[in-house]
Amino acid sequence: MSTALFLATDTRLPPRAGLGLKAEHFHEVLQTQPDLGFFEVHAENYMVAGGPFHHYLGRIREQYPLSLHGVGLSIGGEGPLDVTHLRRLATLIERYQPQSFSEHLAWSSHGPVFLNDLLPLAYDQASLDRVCEHVDQVQSSLKCRLLLENPATYLTFEESTLDEPHFIGEVIRRTGCGLLLDVNNVYVSCINHSRDPQVYLDALPLQATGEIHLAGFAEDADSLGERLLIDDHGAPIANEVWQLYRKALARTGPVATLIERDNHVPAFEVLLAEARQAERLLSAAGARP
Amino acid sequence: MSRQSEFAAALLDPRQACPPGLISANGADSESRFAVYRNNVLSSLINALADNYPVVTQLVGEEFFRGMAGVYVQSAAPRSPIMSDYGADFSGFIERFEPAAGVPYLADVARLERLQIEAGHAADAQPMSAERVVELLSCPTLAAHLKIAFHPSLRLLKSPFAVVTIWAAHQQKPLVAFEPRAAQNALVLRNGLDVEVLAISHGAHAFITSLQQGLPLTAAIERYTDLDLEHLLGRLIRHQAITGLLSEQVTQ
Repeated sequence: MSTALFLATDTRLPPRAGLGLKAEHFHEVLQTQPDLGFFEVHAENYMVAGGPFHHYLGRIREQYPLSLHGVGLSIGGEGPLDVTHLRRLATLIERYQPQSFSEHLAWSSHGPVFLNDLLPLAYDQASLDRVCEHVDQVQSSLKCRLLLENPATYLTFEESTLDEPHFIGEVIRRTGCGLLLDVNNVYVSCINHSRDPQVYLDALPLQATGEIHLAGFAEDADSLGERLLIDDHGAPIANEVWQLYRKALARTGPVATLIERDNHVPAFEVLLAEARQAERLLSAAGARP
Repeated sequence: MSRQSEFAAALLDPRQACPPGLISANGADSESRFAVYRNNVLSSLINALADNYPVVTQLVGEEFFRGMAGVYVQSAAPRSPIMSDYGADFSGFIERFEPAAGVPYLADVARLERLQIEAGHAADAQPMSAERVVELLSCPTLAAHLKIAFHPSLRLLKSPFAVVTIWAAHQQKPLVAFEPRAAQNALVLRNGLDVEVLAISHGAHAFITSLQQGLPLTAAIERYTDLDLEHLLGRLIRHQAITGLLSEQVTQ
């Protein structure tokens, strides 16, 4: 599907490291102007009329490329997309002209209820058709290419007939959307479902990667006492995830990479150190023939 | 019932078993895997409330608050993905929540905290300069029919409890002692980027309410005679509450 782009004129995030913008870091970002490739915000936090969120995002946007990341569109939902929510997204895109807009392969609303979590869906022909319809609708109403994020999941469905990377590959092939490769989600899901992360990664259409997410996970145990990893964005990025990231970069080349931290948010400096680590790997990937 | 209907219903009701047809690749009990989603939903919503109601949390303690918020979440899941809107009616729930009856002012403190969230995200508007307000008010021919436009963030609260004092006592460490049983009215607004909470008199509450409802300034002044007008207008100007003085056509 071809779309007239509605995003900023330079419609790609630079192939550098970026950070999630947290309200507690607004001042520091403006004062210290850290050397970062971009900032990412959760769209829903900025769906308010006025006040400090818009004030600071407006000023920070003047100085940095922006990635707008939605968490409430429920693309994997059984029901129709919320057109009011799509309009709110369109308003934000028009106002801030982000270089990228992304959402999740998940559902979060059912009927009138919003569940505030990224919930898993069964992967079969019916859900594939529905997700593709939703992605088409998002891209045509927002006039931009969507990056679709692979989810972190804790269980799978009996009725699934497609595996996740092939399901994602089909959505990308049919809709022309891009991939937001969340390396932490790949690792978390593969451990939780006894899969090999490298095999999973190889099955994804990595050539469509428009952005990468890196984050930390929490460790839990299931009823068998086996490792159950929780994607809580509340810890430093694990070594295994850094290693997987390096392997992914070898396939994708340098791609804009976000360090995600939404819980137990540490001092800004700690996040900057992780961003620098990602930049070292990005440079190495760029230098490779 | 559709797959996602079952899933959603079981997420919000911990007494329900997890839906059928869920698989763990290693053969673990799918209930233990489903519990991750249940916990994510519940704890993220409780956290959202705890973030928005810090003084309510302090008044009852974290453990009680999380228990109370958990009951609320199960009875009133969000209706929108905009989480700053979530819990707008939490104060009404608290008022009816029997175990919290021992803290009768809890619901009003929740109302005050809710107004602060609303004020923080309300539309922007340029306040009128103090000089301009004074200039217009001192012009007798104009002042007679002026209506005051307030900043979109301005909110009022009337309480039988010392709601501002209670809230303010919790902004300091260590906590300051407070006497809750004195009726108090609050004015909440955003001044620049900061949300401010002021205690105002009953008269000031009534006066500002009538102006918000569109009563011309002179009519409001005539109606509320026992008011230190100069003091009140001074405060409103100082806190940048006035965004416009509109001259009204006299229609009679």
